[in-house]
Amino acid sequence: MTYTTRISCDKANLKLVRDFVSDVLKGYSIPDTEVNLVVVAVDEVCSNLIIHAHNCNDQESIDIEISHNKSTFVFEIIDRGSVFDISRYDAPSIDKIIKNKKMGGIGLILVKKIMDKIQIEQNGGRNICRLYKTLSLPS
Amino acid sequence: MELDILDEGHYRIIKIIGDLDASSSIKLDDAIQQAVNLAKLHLLFDCTSLNYISSPGIGVFTSRIEDAEEGGVKMVMFGMTEKVKNVFKILGLDQLLPIVGTREEAKREIDDLHNQD
Repeated sequence: MTYTTRISCDKANLKLVRDFVSDVLKGYSIPDTEVNLVVVAVDEVCSNLIIHAHNCNDQESIDIEISHNKSTFVFEIIDRGSVFDISRYDAPSIDKIIKNKKMGGIGLILVKKIMDKIQIEQNGGRNICRLYKTLSLPS
Repeated sequence: MELDILDEGHYRIIKIIGDLDASSSIKLDDAIQQAVNLAKLHLLFDCTSLNYISSPGIGVFTSRIEDAEEGGVKMVMFGMTEKVKNVFKILGLDQLLPIVGTREEAKREIDDLHNQD
């Protein structure tokens, strides 16, 4: 089963992304705390794309697809903006971010800490950010 | 996201209501900056109604930790749900920003921190 949604590139739509991911995962009775972390990671990737790749242009859009094989879930975030390879990004330490009084960089740290694997693929003008996470399904 | 701000003695209590994300964090940033610049009141963040936080919301706190320290302003958070606390924990921020259960514990934590200076 694959679940899909499309949002326009407006920061206000991040709530729709969160509700979509949360509703899909809650359908599998996954614990709230685990659901929330995955919601954060997908939100961070979408937020990054909306702001940096699409300059909050609501005429452009992002697709999100969720599928799973047993307890391993795959979250695909697909767009046609400029590509940023998060999997090659060397995230700064949180101590450095605090010392430099920075707000940026935390989102990518979170995505890397939360997700098991991150893949970036470019295919026919589309950028696909694929996030993998094994979640606790009730036995 | 809404903020409810209340001054009680030498504490400013900022209640965060709703989701703190890329579209709402600037409002909290303004409130923290104003309080840190004032440098008179310690800050208690009431997180009992904070439903969700992502990196822009966390960045608001991390970017002010140094300024608060320099201005002698203590910051303590209280009443966080487990799912929100987990986001702070995964970053190790629970070791850098005190997170306690209740408003009274938060006040005691601030007083303890103040007395250690």
